[in-house]
Amino acid sequence: MDAQTFNARVATPTTRLIGALAIVSMAWVVIGGLFVTPKDVDQGDAVRIMYVHVPTAWVAYLAFIVTALASACWLLSRKHSMGFDRVAGASAEVGVIFMAMTLLSGSLWGRITWGSYWAWDPRLTTTSFLLVTYIGYLAVRGLGGSLEQRARRSAVIALLAVLEIPLVHFSVLMWRSLHQEASVLSGDGDIKMDGSMLTTLLVGVIGFTCTFAWLVMHRQRVLAMQDAMQMTQLDAALRERASESAIEGSRLT
Amino acid sequence: MDHVGFIAVVYGATFAVIVTLVVRTLSQGRDLASKVADKDKPWT
Amino acid sequence: MSTQLSLGRVARAVAAKDLRIEMRSRVVVNQVFPFAGLVMVMFAFALDNDDVLTRVAGGLVWLATLFSLIIIIQRSFAVDTADGALEAQRVAGLDPAGIFVGKALAVMVQLVTLEIMLFVAAVVLYRVQLHADGAVLLVTCVVSATAGLSFVGTLYGGLTAGSRGRETLLPLLMLPVVAPVLIGATRATESAFNSGGAAVSDGWPWVGVLVVFAAVFGLGGILSFGSLIEE
Repeated sequence: MDAQTFNARVATPTTRLIGALAIVSMAWVVIGGLFVTPKDVDQGDAVRIMYVHVPTAWVAYLAFIVTALASACWLLSRKHSMGFDRVAGASAEVGVIFMAMTLLSGSLWGRITWGSYWAWDPRLTTTSFLLVTYIGYLAVRGLGGSLEQRARRSAVIALLAVLEIPLVHFSVLMWRSLHQEASVLSGDGDIKMDGSMLTTLLVGVIGFTCTFAWLVMHRQRVLAMQDAMQMTQLDAALRERASESAIEGSRLT
Repeated sequence: MDHVGFIAVVYGATFAVIVTLVVRTLSQGRDLASKVADKDKPWT
Repeated sequence: MSTQLSLGRVARAVAAKDLRIEMRSRVVVNQVFPFAGLVMVMFAFALDNDDVLTRVAGGLVWLATLFSLIIIIQRSFAVDTADGALEAQRVAGLDPAGIFVGKALAVMVQLVTLEIMLFVAAVVLYRVQLHADGAVLLVTCVVSATAGLSFVGTLYGGLTAGSRGRETLLPLLMLPVVAPVLIGATRATESAFNSGGAAVSDGWPWVGVLVVFAAVFGLGGILSFGSLIEE
């Protein structure tokens, strides 16, 4: 039996629009960040990293919130609509990558401004914890079992993570305050910005958010199709099994 | 520009990763879409 | 018609069962306790400085506790999954919340015993000096930290228990979550030991963190354990 080929289109007008917005914004960020904006009074050229670092950090945290909200929606919705579960998963996948990029850009910025690639700053430490938590969440999603089991387990894990992260952040905050950290470590966004700098930063946030939305929507579609294929294969296997036993049954009579 | 190396790595890595993600997601999507019936696609 | 056993009765029965199994098999006592002692010795090899060891003794005790907790949790669920006993308990209609509290209680008892042993080891190996005025702080710290660790461990242990190589996921899921306990318990313990000049009074805010943590995950576990052990 030949496999039927279907329409290979994955885009919709919404994703095309979001995608276009993202591309334009990113171009603005690159040109603005690297060429148009001036050096910062205190940081010099290091501030250019901020045009990328701040939006990726924002997206990473947004992704975490989306995963948590989608997980809650799945748990609370009576028919447990799988779209919520797929959005939760897709958002986490994109989020973990943006989290890693945030830590990379932050680390390189720190090397220039503080002289070291790392500091036990509460924000940095909590961010790296968030990264590890994402990795754990994605590992739980990979545990196998039925789609419903996957959705339930990961939803619970995501909501436990929502409890855990503030606790971690608060403990680290209390811990570092014992060491009387100088304010130089806490000021990574407190810079006086002139017009073009602020605009580039805002456009960056919008552009990266659009990129996030585009990626999550498309990734969620890929997951939907993967799940559908899994169900079709399962149905086919069951039908085969049923017809086998029917043949056996008719042989016995 | 000072610290060109660091800035180049940050911009380069970030956009390289994003472009790779976009391309991979699109090609995965198109590949799967040709194998899956339209009724299973929530956006159609 | 089924009679729903109360959460308390289920918990007590499950805890008693787990502890009875341990008393008969002595797996934790014979294997995990020596492991923990060994970890304390290896810290001395790695850190190679008597003053440093005395100073960081609090942290080392809690690190050794965390590593041992992973093994204790895996053991706690291994006794159930070997013959599908966890499934049987669930299918029999036992309130999962009761199973959760019961298993956590059993873990707590084993863990506290381990910690007492580790504190003795710290006094002997790292030359920690115990003070009477730090005693209340230390006891409160141990109880609240152990409760939090047992709740988190039992919760994620329930998820990662079973076949198909899920156990390796336990440390990855658990250790980030218990970081506040490590931070809080270590600071409180250091205050109790007067390590590096820390005053006993400095330790109490940390005990507060530990108590909040235990409450959050005790409640969280009661609500979610059932969903996580469903097969």
